[in-house]
Amino acid sequence: MARKISILIVDDEESVRDSLYNWFIEDGYRVGCAEDAKRALSILESDAFDIILADIKMLGMDGLEMLRRIKSIRKESIVIMMTAFATVDTAVQALKDGAYDYVTKPFDPDDLSHLIRNASKQISLAEENEILREAFLLQNVENLVGSSDAMRQVLKEIESVAQSSASVIITGESGTGKELVARAIHSNSSRRFFPLVSVHCGALTESLLESELFGHEKGAFTGAVFNRKGRFEMADSGTIFLDEIATIPPKMQVELLRVLETKSFVRVGGNKEITSDFRVICATNRDLKSLVENGFFREDLYYRLNVVNIHIPPLRERIEDIPQLVDYFIRKYCTTMNKPLITIDSGAMRQLSAFSFPGNIRELENMIERAIVVGNGRKITLKDLPLGKETINTTVESLDELEKNHISNILNKYNWNISAAAKALKVDRVTLYNKIKKYDLSQK
Amino acid sequence: MYPENITLIKFGYFDQEILDRVVPDISREFSTSVRTKNGNLDLSEFYDPSRRQYNGTTLLNKINNEFATDSSKTLGLFDIDLFIPILTYIFGQAYLNGRVGIVSIYRLSNEKYGIKTDHKILLERFRKEAIHELGHLFGLIHCSDPVCVMRSSTYVEDIDQKGHALCAVCRMQLKHTLFA
Repeated sequence: MARKISILIVDDEESVRDSLYNWFIEDGYRVGCAEDAKRALSILESDAFDIILADIKMLGMDGLEMLRRIKSIRKESIVIMMTAFATVDTAVQALKDGAYDYVTKPFDPDDLSHLIRNASKQISLAEENEILREAFLLQNVENLVGSSDAMRQVLKEIESVAQSSASVIITGESGTGKELVARAIHSNSSRRFFPLVSVHCGALTESLLESELFGHEKGAFTGAVFNRKGRFEMADSGTIFLDEIATIPPKMQVELLRVLETKSFVRVGGNKEITSDFRVICATNRDLKSLVENGFFREDLYYRLNVVNIHIPPLRERIEDIPQLVDYFIRKYCTTMNKPLITIDSGAMRQLSAFSFPGNIRELENMIERAIVVGNGRKITLKDLPLGKETINTTVESLDELEKNHISNILNKYNWNISAAAKALKVDRVTLYNKIKKYDLSQK
Repeated sequence: MYPENITLIKFGYFDQEILDRVVPDISREFSTSVRTKNGNLDLSEFYDPSRRQYNGTTLLNKINNEFATDSSKTLGLFDIDLFIPILTYIFGQAYLNGRVGIVSIYRLSNEKYGIKTDHKILLERFRKEAIHELGHLFGLIHCSDPVCVMRSSTYVEDIDQKGHALCAVCRMQLKHTLFA
């Protein structure tokens, strides 16, 4: 059932207030009255009326001043100005100041009825729009799977930040779905009709990154045969997503800060200032704060980017989402591979739920995709899952780190028996000693 | 609380035949007895010479103070042009859930609009407006059902569009009010 529209009548004449009060009450509206602007503003502080019907000429603060104050507090309020002495100037002024309409007293009952009905329709449409917007929001985050408290918090944060233009930093381990969150923010913002432009900063060298972000003019460097739009220019009215922001070199950090502050830049090899209205969303799996403290990331840039921080927890901290994710990926890959929907046996699901998933959701997704490819086509069983066999810790980025971890694991496996460990590693003992020294390994 | 009855008081000149014709309909619609009487009131004190109309708001207050009783819903009947300060005219007015209402037949007749007199239409319009204002006295607000008598009518042809009875929803609400 539709809620009651509320109307506040503001007029210093009691007879006017009474007549309008009775009229609107009979129409089923919730009605309030105020004898002057000051009283009306005080009522509006605690009770948000939908429609305010106010006289222009009142003792003390006049209706136009009250209109300006109401609009500064609650822009969406519908204010209808009434007067017994209509002049074109006051009418124009009232409408300029945001009045919904302007009527001369006394008015025809049918005109009043139409006016209020139209205003009510506008309110109902605005509310319907809001409901539809919320429904739309829910429909566009279906790839952010999970109903854990942690995931619900992430969705809540996406919802609250989407409508603003604030910069966002999305943090979380590799494979947690940072880009999906960026897409969800963009597709639920008013910028959704414009592009979301992604830049994987870590994959580009400094010179390439500069050209990629700002574009270049024809002839700016060898091979630059045509003008090229940069990502900032492409993201005009939309959103730019800077993934792996922590990898941006110091020189580019300065450039980036300048662009964020001025929203203008010059193409490489050009001299024309280009402006672009974009929103920035960044992502990183590193601790930016500690990079700032250690001098690897500019503090001013950090604060410019970190207006809102959305942290996505690793999968091991929301294991209750694993069954839902497994179901989601089975559906996704069975559909993509044109295979009938399969299930997963309870033993395999138990093992998945107990696994630490250092590579997070990306690792789980790869596992399920592989299981569908290599499995018997009916049910995913434990033997289809590479748990503890081929799992690669994707948080490890360098070969040195991988080697260090592997040597440490083998040494522990053979209780630091150097000969046995060297044999297993297929290296001689001297090499193993050198590696132990290099990586500063010790028996714990 | 169920009212003892409905009282229709005619003030000034008012066609008795019209009154006699609507009483049974009102009685049936509200399932209660309806009595009629004549009221004496100096209407000149409600006349606004600048508008050449009678002030419905002050008239309603006067009837509430001098003619209303707690055990009856009272409707004052007139043949004068009524207004309320904010509106150019009204057909009638009532306190929602209150004791008194007023209705004027003045703007209901065809000849006021330059059309040939039609006594039957006048009677229909008056019946609808009287039941409508009494509906307000029993707590009914305007209804969106196009044929319900409680639908708001802001011009005379609008009255002709609706029926002279309450719709099922308003009737149920009325029963709820009467027998709660």
